[in-house]
Amino acid sequence: MFNFFLLILIYSGIYALMALGQNIITGYGGLLSLTQAGFFAIGSYATAILTTRFGWSFWATLPAALILSAFFGLLIGLPTLRLKGDYLAIATLGFGEIVRNVLNNWDSVTRGPMGIQRIPMPDLFGFTINPYKKYAFLVMVFVFVGIAYFIFQRLARSRMGRALSAVREDEIAAQSMGINITTYKVFAFILGASVAGLAGSLQAVFSLSVTPGTYTFMVSVMVLCMVVLGGMGNFKASILGAFIIQLISYFPQLTGLSSVIPPQFKQILFGLILVVMMIWRPQGLLGREETRYGKKVAKSRKGGAR
Amino acid sequence: MILLETEALTRAYGGVVAVNKVDFVVESGLITGLIGPNGAGKTTLFNNMTGLDVPSSGKVFFNKKNITGLPAHTICRMGIARTFQNIRLFKELTVVENVMIGRHFKTGKSETKGRFLNAINSYVHMKQEEEQIYEKACDWLDFFGMASMKNELAKNLPYGRQRELEIARALATDPKLLFLDEPAAGMNPQETDHLMATIRKIRDLDITVVLIEHDMKLVMNICDTITVLNYGQKLAQGTPREIKHNPSVIEAYLGKEEE
Amino acid sequence: MGIAEFFQHLMNGLTLGGIYALIALGYTMVYGILKFINFAHGDVLMVGAYIGLFLFDWLRGDSPLGLWTLVAFFLAMIVSMGFSAAIGMFIERVAYKPLRKATRLAPLLSAIGVSFILSNGAAWAFGTHSRKFNYPFDNSAIHLGGVVITPHQILILVVSLVIMIILKIFVDKTRMGKAMRATSLDQGTAMLMGISVNRVISMTFAIGSALAAVGGILIALDFKVYATMGTMMGLKAFVAAVVGGIGNISGAMFGGILLGILETFGVAVFGIPTGLKDTIAFGVLILILLLKPEGLFGKVEKEKV
Repeated sequence: MFNFFLLILIYSGIYALMALGQNIITGYGGLLSLTQAGFFAIGSYATAILTTRFGWSFWATLPAALILSAFFGLLIGLPTLRLKGDYLAIATLGFGEIVRNVLNNWDSVTRGPMGIQRIPMPDLFGFTINPYKKYAFLVMVFVFVGIAYFIFQRLARSRMGRALSAVREDEIAAQSMGINITTYKVFAFILGASVAGLAGSLQAVFSLSVTPGTYTFMVSVMVLCMVVLGGMGNFKASILGAFIIQLISYFPQLTGLSSVIPPQFKQILFGLILVVMMIWRPQGLLGREETRYGKKVAKSRKGGAR
Repeated sequence: MILLETEALTRAYGGVVAVNKVDFVVESGLITGLIGPNGAGKTTLFNNMTGLDVPSSGKVFFNKKNITGLPAHTICRMGIARTFQNIRLFKELTVVENVMIGRHFKTGKSETKGRFLNAINSYVHMKQEEEQIYEKACDWLDFFGMASMKNELAKNLPYGRQRELEIARALATDPKLLFLDEPAAGMNPQETDHLMATIRKIRDLDITVVLIEHDMKLVMNICDTITVLNYGQKLAQGTPREIKHNPSVIEAYLGKEEE
Repeated sequence: MGIAEFFQHLMNGLTLGGIYALIALGYTMVYGILKFINFAHGDVLMVGAYIGLFLFDWLRGDSPLGLWTLVAFFLAMIVSMGFSAAIGMFIERVAYKPLRKATRLAPLLSAIGVSFILSNGAAWAFGTHSRKFNYPFDNSAIHLGGVVITPHQILILVVSLVIMIILKIFVDKTRMGKAMRATSLDQGTAMLMGISVNRVISMTFAIGSALAAVGGILIALDFKVYATMGTMMGLKAFVAAVVGGIGNISGAMFGGILLGILETFGVAVFGIPTGLKDTIAFGVLILILLLKPEGLFGKVEKEKV
């Protein structure tokens, strides 16, 4: 039971990474991307293939997974980001499906539907981070979540975040303020993709095997749900959302009711969450994070604006 | 000195020629008015000079440099800022954030890469940068007497204030040339008077102003020179006095009001 | 490729495309009026197919193929159209209408939610296995000078042609149709002219969903009925709508047929492996969005500055 709770926490962490990325894309940039699952898969397979086939250590595959998914983020981002929001959603959804299609069919590299097994456990200074003994793994996942949160939060509070918000609010006005809107959209996309890739790497060494069936459209919708539920434009909220959604997701097993509750229960609930939140609380549980300027700075200004 | 100049600028949408071979000249240091009946092509001309639209033919020169067809953000960085006829604020952001966005490209070296690294690497650097941006933004808010509203959401400001905020945001980019698209639209007479004073103050900051306006009192009062458009073509150009007495302008546009 | 072979592929493409066109119409009509992509459209198609399947099986009972089975099929189809129309209207009322004044993202997210509820709800209610939709007639092939045509294909062609003609007349000639066109041009003005925009929107969803049900039933005869059948069909129909210029009714019809033909010829002539058949649609989508984002017959929509 307690062990199971740890598992939920670990998955919350892995998904929180994806949710942070989705939040930069959707919450800040206002772009509806439906392809976190695709980048997640790319990260997982990068780690799986590099460790099993080429004997890389897990740590060496991390940057590779990051860069590879960022590259695909750029690849899908460049042509599609010129499009209006609704088209982007479909195009990204298509990309996610294509990734899964390729994983399923490119037998020589991905071993098709069978997937890749026996991925070695990560190793840190001679200490093996064994996913079965969850604590160490939990710590590792949350170290990554912490780092990602720190970086994203910093970015969001800088001019970058402001520029991205401007692009979301009004593209034409943003352009006229000297902001290169394409650069910022692509940038958001690359960031979002790369953390999803990182999450994929962690997923690979947590389950120690990868199969295409893990990376379905449902994963993307779950991540989207996390961001919407927590609150768009708020990184803390994305992490909270990840935890709540994972809790819902494992609710039947957690309460021992999995024989009573149908397997579609959680998906239906995710759908409901999206609809209900949009109608009753579009800002999410925590709401957009507002930056209040001027408390400290205002004092330093002479004849300040207070 | 000529700051901006268009050369036979034409913009056609399918068969409709919105702007037809217009030679528009902006002298540096003056307030230039651009008037004409609705649909005369004034806003289209603005859009074609600020990069939001691309001319079908003709050229635009700014400071003798050909800027025809450059993207809007590049043109803004060269020193042309603008406001919009239908206010385009970043509604869900605060007043001060709106102005801070105007400072976007004013600090740091390269556009994103350098910034990105700065933001992660050097917290101190970022803090300083933010402080500079913030202070500059506050100065502009002071200029408009809006400092006390800085943490309001832009969408919650009264209409006249929103117009002013849009101007403040444009000014934050440190432009040499400022385009105002119907700045007095929807303002009451007092607000309009206040706006006139503000525009003069802006000119005194050595910023050249071009404005589209339907309020003739404002135009005749503050413009040093006026260009009249009609059916996409330049009808006349001259001082307010000349324009007032130009028969073809009276016929096309002012006639009814001058009766 | 011989002439016969060419016509064979053309025929196959036309029938597939006819179905795409029927479904694409729903996307395009809704987009024309609300400027938003109804993600749940594909799932309405699936619901329509289930209703049609159950009704047809129930009406048919044990009777052998004959006139009655054909009548039963059309009855089932018409009732399913009615039900789907009601479902479409209900979805609009509950999940989209409260969001008309919300941000651009809100209805999209809500639609994704609805789509998820429908497909997983169906999997829960009807199971995850696929069900066979029996042909209501003897579907043995007819040979016409080297070209093989099935009665099913003829059915698809006739039904989709008839429906599209009716729709075209409806939109061009009737009061409601005119109200729809007016609303899609300018909602505010339409309202001022006394058009009940709410009714127009409801009607649009009703018609789109009814057409989706027809598309769902026709495709189910070949590909069975299952809970997620709407996803891929919906995506492809969406591509068809974009190709034709989203918001443009004739465009959607043309786009559907073009996509059907491209897919068939892509596999048959250019040797694209069947497993990657679905990627053709996405390739077409990316291409058209890059080269001509307004679609073949769409008008360029420039945001007013």
